[in-house]
Amino acid sequence: MTQRALSTPPRSLRLSVEGNGGSADRTFGAIGAGAAGALGLVLIGVAASVARVAWPSIEATGLSFVTTSAWDPSRDVYGALAFAYGTLVTSFIALALAVPVALGVAVFLTDLGPRRFQRPVSSLVELLAAVPSVVYGLWAALVLAPLLRTTVQPALARVGGPLFRGPNVGFGVLCASLVLAIMLLPTIASVSRDVLRAVPAELREGALALGATPWDALRLVVFPHARRGVFGAVLLGFGRAVGETMAVAAVVGSRADISPSLFAPGYTMSSVIANEFPAASSELHVAALAEVGLLLFVVTVAFNVAARVLVARSREGAPRWREAAPRPGAGEAA
Amino acid sequence: MNDSVDRLRARGARVEAVEASAKMSAAELSAWFGDKQALRSITLPLIERKVTAIIGPSGCGKSTFIRCLNRMHEVVAGARATGDVLLDGKSVYGADVDPVRVRRRVGMVFQKPNPFPTMSVRDNVLAGLRLSGIDPPDTDALVEEVLGQAALWDEVKDALDRPGGALSGGQQQRLCIARCLALEPEVVLMDEPCSSLDPIATAKIEELIHDLRDRYTIVVVTHSMQQAARVSDYTAFFYLGELVEYDHADVIFTKPSDPRTEDYITGRFG
Amino acid sequence: MTPELESAYRGRKLAARVAPAASGAAVVLALLPLFAVFAYVASHGARALSLTFFTEPVGVRGAGMANAIFGTIELVVLASAMGIPLGIAAGLYLAEYASTPLARAVRFSADVLAGVPSILVGVVVYAVVVVRMKQFSALAGAAALAVVMLPLVTRTTDELARAVPDSLREAALALGAPRWRTALFVVLRTAAPGIRSGCLLAVARVSGETAPLLFTAYNNRFFNESLLDPTSTLQVQIFTYTMTPNDDWHAQAWAAALVLVTLVIVLNVLARRLVAEEESG
Repeated sequence: MTQRALSTPPRSLRLSVEGNGGSADRTFGAIGAGAAGALGLVLIGVAASVARVAWPSIEATGLSFVTTSAWDPSRDVYGALAFAYGTLVTSFIALALAVPVALGVAVFLTDLGPRRFQRPVSSLVELLAAVPSVVYGLWAALVLAPLLRTTVQPALARVGGPLFRGPNVGFGVLCASLVLAIMLLPTIASVSRDVLRAVPAELREGALALGATPWDALRLVVFPHARRGVFGAVLLGFGRAVGETMAVAAVVGSRADISPSLFAPGYTMSSVIANEFPAASSELHVAALAEVGLLLFVVTVAFNVAARVLVARSREGAPRWREAAPRPGAGEAA
Repeated sequence: MNDSVDRLRARGARVEAVEASAKMSAAELSAWFGDKQALRSITLPLIERKVTAIIGPSGCGKSTFIRCLNRMHEVVAGARATGDVLLDGKSVYGADVDPVRVRRRVGMVFQKPNPFPTMSVRDNVLAGLRLSGIDPPDTDALVEEVLGQAALWDEVKDALDRPGGALSGGQQQRLCIARCLALEPEVVLMDEPCSSLDPIATAKIEELIHDLRDRYTIVVVTHSMQQAARVSDYTAFFYLGELVEYDHADVIFTKPSDPRTEDYITGRFG
Repeated sequence: MTPELESAYRGRKLAARVAPAASGAAVVLALLPLFAVFAYVASHGARALSLTFFTEPVGVRGAGMANAIFGTIELVVLASAMGIPLGIAAGLYLAEYASTPLARAVRFSADVLAGVPSILVGVVVYAVVVVRMKQFSALAGAAALAVVMLPLVTRTTDELARAVPDSLREAALALGAPRWRTALFVVLRTAAPGIRSGCLLAVARVSGETAPLLFTAYNNRFFNESLLDPTSTLQVQIFTYTMTPNDDWHAQAWAAALVLVTLVIVLNVLARRLVAEEESG
C-alpha cells in the first residue's frame, strides 16, 4: 500500500537509525556480510581447491585426459572419457525414463488429479526425495540388480539390438540409469509442480470458461506459459543425475569401458571418485580423480545456472516467488 | 413477455413465475467456500436478450452467483453449490451434464482482462475454437467479424500478430469479449468487466454491452450503481449472500421497495 | 452447439478422460519404487535388528553398529552447530540487504552451491582439512556436512525473512530500534517457525549424505576416541556393506538402512508438522 514510503524511508527515520545504533549496526552488517561472503567464498573455494589438487594431473595428461578412456592407476595412465561417457549415458537414459512420469505426476498434482489425492501424493513424492541415496544404492544392488538379471534383461535380450546384448550380470548401465530415474523423479516432479502452480489462475479460468476441458487448458494455455520453467526443472534434474554418487556407485559395475550395450558395466565421474579416492595411493592418482571432479563441477554448475535462470524467469510475476523481482525493501536504506 | 413480468411484479409475485421468459434461471441456489456460505438460496430469472445487472457491496456473493451459472464456481478448491441452475429449462447441474458443454454456451468475461499471453491477438480470438479442437475454414473473416462485434477491429487490425498482452487494459478486455463471442455463446456473463479500466475504456465496454444486448442474454456484475443503471434492463440487488430485490432497472433505481436497497443506492452503506 | 462443435467435442471428451488417467498411472509408477524400497528396508531391516545392533560397535564379533549410529548423530550435531548459525546469519543478511550486488551474487552462488555434487564437497574438505591434519576425522566429516547444509539454511532464511512484511520493519525502526535489533528481534522472530522447519529439513538431508564422508570422516570399526579420529557413520557403513558379497553384512546394511530411514523420515515429518502447525495456528 505504501510502496513509495517503503522504497524511500523518511529522512527522520534514517537519522534515528544512525543516531541510536550506528556502530552496532555496522557490526551487524559486517557479521552478516562476512557470513554471506563466506558462502560465496565456499563456491570459489570449491573450484580453486579442486583445481589445485588436480593440477599435477592437468600438467601430466593435458588434453588426452578428456580424449582417451584408458584408466589404469597402477601404470599411472589416466583418461576420463569413459567416465564422462558413462555419466552422460546414464543421465540421459534416466531423464528419458523420469521426465514423462515426473510431468505426469506434476500435472496430476496441479490440474488433472482429484483434489483429495493431491496433498497426500505431494507428501509421498517429497518422501521419495527424502530417502538417502545410499539406501537407494543398497536396494538397487540387492533387489533391483538381481531382478534385472533374472527377469528384465533376459526379456530385453530377446528384443535384441546393440543396446540389449552382452553379459547379463544385473549390475551395469541399465541398472544405474533406472535407480537414477527413480531418484530424479521427485526433483523434476516437484519443481514442475511449482512452475505449473505459478501460472496465474485467471489464465486457467479463462480457458475453462471458453469451454476447454482441464486437459485442453493444460495443453494449450498452461503448458505453453510454463514450458521454460518445466525445461528448467528437467535441466535441474539433469544436474542432479550427473552429480548423483552413492546409488550409482553401488550398481554401475565400475569398469572404465565405453560399450553401446546397456547391460555392460560402466563407470561415472562421481562414482569413480567415490570408489577410488579413499584408496588412492599415488599423488597423480589423487590428482587425476580431482580432475574428474573438476570436470564434474564445471558440468553441474553450467546446468544449474541455466536451470535456475529458466525457473526463476518463468516464476516471475507469481506472488509466491519473488526471487527475480527487484524488491523495494528496507535493505536499500543502508 | 415483458408485460407478463410487469404484471407479475405489480401483483408482488415471486420471481419463479417469470421463468417462462427466462433464458437462464437460478432456483434456490446456495454456494459455499469450505464452511463459509456465500449464497443463500437465490432464485432469479435471467431474461432472454436482456441485460441483467447484479449489484451489491463487496462480498455480497454477486461474483459467486454468476460463477455458479457456468459452473466455474466448482473450479475453486473447497467450493460447492446446492440448488439448481436452468438453461433453456434444463438443469446445468444434472448428473449427465458436462460442465465443458455448459461453458461453451455460457461465455464469461473476467474482472481482470486475461488474454492468453503466449498467443497473438488473432490466436486469442480463435482460442476458444482451437481449445475445442476446431480449425475454422476462414479465420481471417471470422477474426474480423468477431473483433468488429467487440468494437476492437479498427484499433487492432494492424496488430493481429502482436501478443495479446501488449494491448492496453481496455483493449485487452474487449479482446476477451471477442474471444468469448467467437464461440457464439447464448449467454454472456461479465464479472465486473470494467473494474480495472479507466473511464474512457469503461465507456467503450458499456457501449459494447448496449450493442450486444439484441443478440445475447447478458449478465453483468458491477459494484457501480451508475453503470448498472446505464446498461441494464433488469437489476438484482444482493446483500450478504441473499437476493434482496429484483426488478426492472428503472424501478430499482427510482422506487425500490426494500429499505436496504434504498440505503445502498442512495449511498448510505456499502 | 453446431454439429461441427459437437463432433469435435466428442474427440476432446475422450482426451479429457484419458489424460487424467494417464497422470494417475504416472503417480502409481512413481510411487511404486518408494513402496518397494520401504517394504524391503522395513522387512529385511527389522529381521536383522537386535539389541546388540544398538550396543556394540562394528568391530566386535557378531555385533552391531552402535559406533556408526553414534557417529551419524555426532557428525550431524557438529555440522548443525557450524552450518546453522552461519547459514541463518548469511540468510538474514541477504534478506535485509536484498538488492545490493553482494547479496545478489551470494544468493546466486548459494543456489549454485546447492546444486554442486556433494562428493565434490568431500574432495574439497579432503584437500583443505584432511591433508593438512594428515588424518581423516569426525571434524572433517562434520565440516563437509556443514558445507552441504549451508546453502540450504541460507536460502530458507533468506526467502522467509524477505517474506516478513516491510511494515513490521518500519514499525520497529520508527520506534527507534537500530537496524540489527530490528533484524534479530523483529524479522528473525517473525520468520522463526519457518526457519526452524527449514533447518530441520536441512538436518534431515545431511543425515543421509554419504558421499562427502567417504574421505573426510572415513570409517572406523570402533567408537572414535576424539573428534580428530576417523569416525564411522551409518551411511558409510551401509555403503561399505553394500559393496561386499557377504549375506550377514547385507543383513546388517538393511538394519542400518532401517535406522537411517527412520531417522530421516522422523526429521522430515517433524519439520512438516511445524509448518502445518504454523499455518493452522
